[in-house]
Amino acid sequence: MFENAFFTGYIWPTIIIVAQCLAVTIPLLVAVAYMTYVDRKVWAAIQLRRGPNVVGPFGLLQPLADGLKLVLKETIIPAAANRFLFILAPMIAFVTALIAWAVVPFDEGWVISDINVGILYLFAISSLGVYGIIIAGWASNSKYAFLGALRSAAQMVSYEVSIGFVLITVLLCAGSLNLSDIVRAQGGGIWHWYFIPLLPMFVIFFISALAETNRTPFDLPMSEAELVAGFHTEYSAMAFGLFFLGEYANIILLSAMGAVLFLGGWLPPIEVAPFTWVPGVVWFALKIAVLLFVFSWTKGTLPRYRYDQLMRLGWKVFLPISLFWVVLTAGVLVAFGWVPKA
Amino acid sequence: MAFFDRTARALFLSELVTGFALTFKYMFKPKVTVNYPFEKGPLSPRFRGEHVLRRYANGEERCIACKLCEAICPAQAITIEAEPREDGSRRTTRYDIDMTKCIYCGFCQEACPVDAIVEGPNFEFSTETREELLYNKEKLLANGERWEAEIAANLAADAPYR
Repeated sequence: MFENAFFTGYIWPTIIIVAQCLAVTIPLLVAVAYMTYVDRKVWAAIQLRRGPNVVGPFGLLQPLADGLKLVLKETIIPAAANRFLFILAPMIAFVTALIAWAVVPFDEGWVISDINVGILYLFAISSLGVYGIIIAGWASNSKYAFLGALRSAAQMVSYEVSIGFVLITVLLCAGSLNLSDIVRAQGGGIWHWYFIPLLPMFVIFFISALAETNRTPFDLPMSEAELVAGFHTEYSAMAFGLFFLGEYANIILLSAMGAVLFLGGWLPPIEVAPFTWVPGVVWFALKIAVLLFVFSWTKGTLPRYRYDQLMRLGWKVFLPISLFWVVLTAGVLVAFGWVPKA
Repeated sequence: MAFFDRTARALFLSELVTGFALTFKYMFKPKVTVNYPFEKGPLSPRFRGEHVLRRYANGEERCIACKLCEAICPAQAITIEAEPREDGSRRTTRYDIDMTKCIYCGFCQEACPVDAIVEGPNFEFSTETREELLYNKEKLLANGERWEAEIAANLAADAPYR
């Protein structure tokens, strides 16, 4: 057949790739929708309230109603705004939150792109997300949006430094930048997962993840009392919706990173019969869910940091501690001859 | 020594752990929210809600058009016009309450010598247009028929204290 080479060489791989992307994106968007629901329920429970409980059984259709509302509203573009950038910014924020998922391994071999620099890719993409916010703040031509964007950018850049050191300790232990290999390096049960030997780094990673995703106690970019709503002050309808989805997709992404790097990804906690029967993707989802719960719990517990305290924590506490821990980990690995063979 | 104590507390996040434990405990406490449209809080017999005009048991209107309520109304929300009926008794021809002006002070029911105008227990009478809140006599009498049982019970319950 004449189309054979063309079909097997181009069309078929394209179909496969699109199918894989959809298989990741659609569950992710559903997860994002229900993350908002879980968030609201957890905060409500902490504050002795009920949370959404009217739309559908237990309010389970609330995210759909919210989404529908956002879609149906009018997108208002301020007259003074830069139209092109104003519309581009939420797209950047949303797309960067989604494309990072290309390298996340959901199970043994379940990964769209099993590249050897997975961690670097993740790190690079999560840094790119700042552009969406900066552009949004600038293009809105509003002082609140602009100040919110500046804060947000400064904060994300500061905490990325300590996240970088956390990643370095993990890949020193794993001996690979490939996320699947990092998970495999943690095989053999819960006591082999990196959160036990690297507990301080896990805590730093989690707190930096909070700062990275602009969640309480680091949600200064949208501190309502000072900045109305931060960088998305001027956004409405689905443009705002994209920021919102991107933000939650980022939260889930960082939870997934935490699960891969510290909680053994798709691996079961004990590698014996009843646990190994459960598919790896379920373990992975469970670990993400636990981290997401802690995200919500944090928001229900902690008040907001002051800006100088936030910067002090990032640069004068986390940076030295994580740097020290990188050196300590490297030293211990070399001293005991535990350096993994690359 | 105090320095080490403070640093150790900060490093081991002791305050954070206490706070998180507290909020976790609160997650399992019973909710205090009243699940509003399905459950409602208790109302006092003196509750001052939507107004009604009452009738006697034989169907006769209580209001005798003395206009004390109109006179005492601090928001000037009540408008009354009156003339003698064919049987010679004095009755209102018009009894309007502008519910957008009303401040629900209850002076009208205090002033009424025949318990005709009463603020009932109903507080769920929001409308979509402003015009619907300009109540006339028919609306008020209809309210009276609808809420008579509750209002009579409330007045009886509150009578010993007046």
